[in-house]
Amino acid sequence: MRSISEINQKIKEGKALVVSKDELLSLIEEKGYKNTFKEVDVVTTATFGPMCSSGIYFNVGHSRPKIKLGGGKVTLEGVPCYAGFAAVDLFLGAGALPEDDPRNRVYPGSFSFGGGHVIEKLVRGDDLLLSASAYGTDCYPRKELKTLINIRDLNEAVLFNIRNCYQNYNVAVNLSDKPIYTYMGVLKPNLGNANFCSAGYYSPLLCDPYYKTIGIGTKIFLGGGVGFVAFWGTQHNPCVERTEKGVPKRPAGTLALIGNLKGMNSQYLRGTSLIGYGVSLSVGVGVPIPILDEEIFENVCVKDEEIFAPIVDYSYDYPQETGKVLGEVSYKQLRSGVIRVQGKEVNCGCLSSLRKAKDIASILKDWISQGKFFLTEKVESIPDCESGYRFKPLKERLK
Amino acid sequence: MKKRIVLHFPRLLVDKPIVYKLVKEFNLEFNILKAEVNPREEGVLVLEIEGKDSDYKKGLDYLSSVGVRIQPLSEDVVMDRDKCVNCGVCIPLCPTSALKRNEDTFLVEFIQDKCIACGICIKACPYQAMSISL
Repeated sequence: MRSISEINQKIKEGKALVVSKDELLSLIEEKGYKNTFKEVDVVTTATFGPMCSSGIYFNVGHSRPKIKLGGGKVTLEGVPCYAGFAAVDLFLGAGALPEDDPRNRVYPGSFSFGGGHVIEKLVRGDDLLLSASAYGTDCYPRKELKTLINIRDLNEAVLFNIRNCYQNYNVAVNLSDKPIYTYMGVLKPNLGNANFCSAGYYSPLLCDPYYKTIGIGTKIFLGGGVGFVAFWGTQHNPCVERTEKGVPKRPAGTLALIGNLKGMNSQYLRGTSLIGYGVSLSVGVGVPIPILDEEIFENVCVKDEEIFAPIVDYSYDYPQETGKVLGEVSYKQLRSGVIRVQGKEVNCGCLSSLRKAKDIASILKDWISQGKFFLTEKVESIPDCESGYRFKPLKERLK
Repeated sequence: MKKRIVLHFPRLLVDKPIVYKLVKEFNLEFNILKAEVNPREEGVLVLEIEGKDSDYKKGLDYLSSVGVRIQPLSEDVVMDRDKCVNCGVCIPLCPTSALKRNEDTFLVEFIQDKCIACGICIKACPYQAMSISL
């Protein structure tokens, strides 16, 4: 048994053993399970993939004379921002599109530029054009504003992901006879390919399936900088079917994440274009898992062959929400590049970059080993598999 | 020698027999890698041609003389390493396995020799890492 403050003390003294997930698995092979458990203090896990429910809020400061952007219309590089706040606070969502984007009128739309790309440019340090119109008030008389802004001049710029780190996800296939264009990528007809989107054995919530260490307040690597778990994520659904070892067999837990955009890096925040679907932001997240007890250690050792994802038809079953699952497949099979669906061999693609996840885990490991990053005790747990907390469908009604 | 080229047939040539002459008169062997008629009724044919250098030159001169536009394939599709995040969503889409995962480094590799410039990776890449250079 170890406590987080003991681990932090070891980090301070430069004595903590911090390893990435891959290094953990090699250590177990080399030294055995028991010895590895005794020695390792922290395991770094990570993920990098498109997460549309991302956005930034930022404060541009007051112009002279002042303008009340709240209730007005604002675009950044032509992409609409949400301005339903006070005078100069704005929110830009990753999925926002320029008003004149043809979207899917020319099918499939290319969605080459949107909120996610603006966020990437802002983080990179580019000057961006802010255009606004407002209705004017006695205290905020100005009605028009057109100016370049830069991240270094903003008062606050904060990344806020209301859903990230999905604990497992669907494998998307297409049973129809036409190609389809989805948030899971291009799916060729008649089971032409199968796409998945998870870092599997590297994925933070798959390494801590019962949310023993990850909770509200957990300090993390976010987009190249430092962030925190702000809350559980939207669509959090912990009570799905699990394996004997507690690994969810369906999309389950999610996290809401927050962090200072000014410390982030566009290598780990990338505007994303999904043909026929829309724009998004790919976000790099790294989460340290402190080895506090043997149960946490056992869970963090999970391998791809122990994690199973549901195969779902995105031509009919997903859009119609039939709930039908065509089968289950392990991440080991998915990573091999070929799976069997309905007796057919299907090639797999992945939207989540395992290469980037490994890079992030190794950066976070270095931060901790060098005493630049300390672990936090969670402030509050997120609802777990015994909570009864569920992701509910919409009940449409007019009364 | 073996070469890959893209032939663009203007609308007026689409229904004329042309490429058979490469075999008959210029002693060239070819393999059709891709053939399509686009909505503007122009034809696009991607060929791998094998034969003597001199015959290849004569054959291509003939195609140009009848109005076929020739585009060499070798430098067509390029991968921007800085934009690629190595996710690999392109891998199962590539019809000739020109995109593959290096199992040691986990990087996505683009093998230009195998590419037939079909363009599916250009459309499908979420990071705009693949593009065509003309």
